[in-house]
Amino acid sequence: MREVYFYGTCLVDLFFPDAGMAGIQLLQKAGVKVIFPEGQTCCGQPAFNCGYWEEARDVARTQVALFPRDLPVILPSGSCAGMMKVHYPELFHGQPDEAEVRAFSTRVFELTQFLVDVLDVKLTDLGEPVKVTWHSSCHAVRDLGLNGEPQALIDQLSNVERVPLTREHECCGFGGTFSVRQPEISGAMACDKAADAEATGASVVLSTDGGCLLNVHGTLEAKHSPLRVQHIAEFLWERTHAR
Amino acid sequence: MHAETDIHFRDAAAKALLDPQLRANFRRAMDGLIAKRRAQFPDPGDLQDLRHLSTAIRSRSLLNLPDLLEQFETNCTKNGIQVHWAETCEQANELILAILRSKGAKTLVKGKSMVSEEMHLNAFLESKGIEALESDLGEYIIQLDGETPSHIIMPAIHKNKDQIARQFSQKIKDAKYTEDVDELTAMARRVLRQKFLDADAGLSGVNFAVAETGTLCLVENEGNGRMSTHVPPLHIAVMGLEKVVATLEDVAPLYAILTRSATGQAVSTYFNLITGPRGEGEMDGPQEVHLVILDNGRSRMYADPQLRATLRCIRCGACMNHCPVYTRVGGHAYEAIYPGPIGKILTPQMEGVGARHDLIHGSSLCGACAEVCPVEIPIPEILVRLRREATHEDAGSNVVGRGTGRTATEDWAWRIWAGVLKRPIVYRLASWFATRFGRALPAGAPLIKNWTQTRSKPVPARRSLAERVRAEGVPHV
Repeated sequence: MREVYFYGTCLVDLFFPDAGMAGIQLLQKAGVKVIFPEGQTCCGQPAFNCGYWEEARDVARTQVALFPRDLPVILPSGSCAGMMKVHYPELFHGQPDEAEVRAFSTRVFELTQFLVDVLDVKLTDLGEPVKVTWHSSCHAVRDLGLNGEPQALIDQLSNVERVPLTREHECCGFGGTFSVRQPEISGAMACDKAADAEATGASVVLSTDGGCLLNVHGTLEAKHSPLRVQHIAEFLWERTHAR
Repeated sequence: MHAETDIHFRDAAAKALLDPQLRANFRRAMDGLIAKRRAQFPDPGDLQDLRHLSTAIRSRSLLNLPDLLEQFETNCTKNGIQVHWAETCEQANELILAILRSKGAKTLVKGKSMVSEEMHLNAFLESKGIEALESDLGEYIIQLDGETPSHIIMPAIHKNKDQIARQFSQKIKDAKYTEDVDELTAMARRVLRQKFLDADAGLSGVNFAVAETGTLCLVENEGNGRMSTHVPPLHIAVMGLEKVVATLEDVAPLYAILTRSATGQAVSTYFNLITGPRGEGEMDGPQEVHLVILDNGRSRMYADPQLRATLRCIRCGACMNHCPVYTRVGGHAYEAIYPGPIGKILTPQMEGVGARHDLIHGSSLCGACAEVCPVEIPIPEILVRLRREATHEDAGSNVVGRGTGRTATEDWAWRIWAGVLKRPIVYRLASWFATRFGRALPAGAPLIKNWTQTRSKPVPARRSLAERVRAEGVPHV
């Protein structure tokens, strides 16, 4: 039986645990044994992005150590997967444990990427007809190179209509500490994203990243919009398992 | 968590965001430019090939920069172009003043040049009693209002035609009010045509400097570049020292990707190859051509293997057009000569990473800029590097102002952050508190109050994922 590690990420851990559980269940349903190591905290991206690399490395080291076996590491986040896959080698460049970290980085996958590109899952839709729209996270696409995998999964669902989001590839304004360092610009970007999402007529905005979800959800809620946001893992799981 | 200097860009941006006219002008203009660029690159494979080729040409040129500059100077001199070197903007201004005075020149007509903006040349010359008139239409428009460019290619892009119509009717002698774009352009042309004929000297920038031939290449759409460089008896060109390429062959792909990335044009209306002053028996062209080559921090960037990528820039402005921040706040909010993503890495390297901490943190690191950059400058990566330089003093770094953006508050914040997250048991405790009591945090608490300006308060789940996995075991289907 194929085995994988699951890395929840801090935002999913604290704000979207249902998405984490759903991610694990989607993998299990695809016939994969999921290992969830104790001691997971954060990939270290906030400190890395702010230039505090020693602090980022301290945290990253404790995380890499949780995944000793040569198994894929699956994350329900494009941004954190991008950090571990693309930026860890930069962060550890010239460090004594660089080789070990690089080897770890090659094993990192974002959840939908693994479901589509590796497992080639086939989904059967059990849900009611619904209209959704997709927000592609910047880091998922530009750092990690996600290439339509999440959309392909959504499109497998027969009762789901996916309406394209205007400016799908434009940043929602989250940007980690950017959202509190530059709250006015970040807020303006989030408001525009929320308005574009509302204009699609969809009832749910889906994304693969906790940061974008938190940002867009908060913005929609502040304007009392009926539009919901949901992590793609949770959405896929809800629609494909028999209750 | 904020350095004092974080405030500048934030304040200026916040002000710009409150101006609906400005936001509409930028969004409309940027959307148009994005669509025009996209139409020029129908095949993503071809685009990537051209980007890789352009990147390779620029990287190779920079690798051989000292040799190429020497060869370029030799060949310019052979062609009769007098070459001058300036380490600082002050030196460059003084050099130009001396050249103008040696010819008794009192009026200078300018083609578009961002390096001359960098030097604040106009203000300097005015203070010395020399009139410097911008002849690029966009530059002319903003000069009438005493403004600075808000975009490196389209300096007056923050204005719409109604605003320009009002401005022309007030500022141009005998002008009648019209909103007709052709009539407005004709009005500016009448003023400028006379200025070209009267000017004692012309000034231009340089897009590409060719070492093997000693040629100055100038890309433009209005013909004002050609007029500025060919009508007055004296032509002075200014360029940053990074502009040199080895051969004429190198220019073709760079030119092809420059105009397509910048304005979505396959070719520009004019492409000038300047190889020296008027030759014997020739009917036109200046009697003297001078070239001022400016450093202003560039050789420092050149010396750093990662930051050197900054110098690959061919000033197309595509990073601005595609930037979600620039699109919303416009160019003036940056309070810098070069706005937008390229400005966010260029300005702090010129003015100091501590002094322009506001700019290096004014990005969500979304990466839209690097995705479209014709010479693949990894702008987000360089931003992160500069953030590190601002707060740390890495050995071997030559970045100006390194370590000066550091604050005790931010240091402590990251130390505590790491202290919690590198100890799973402490994180477990912290997440237990966050899930139980996080919802009770007031919306006005520090940092949360920034978030809640436009959003509801983030509320943690009642049980963390780790806690649920522990309680339920890894769930089974």
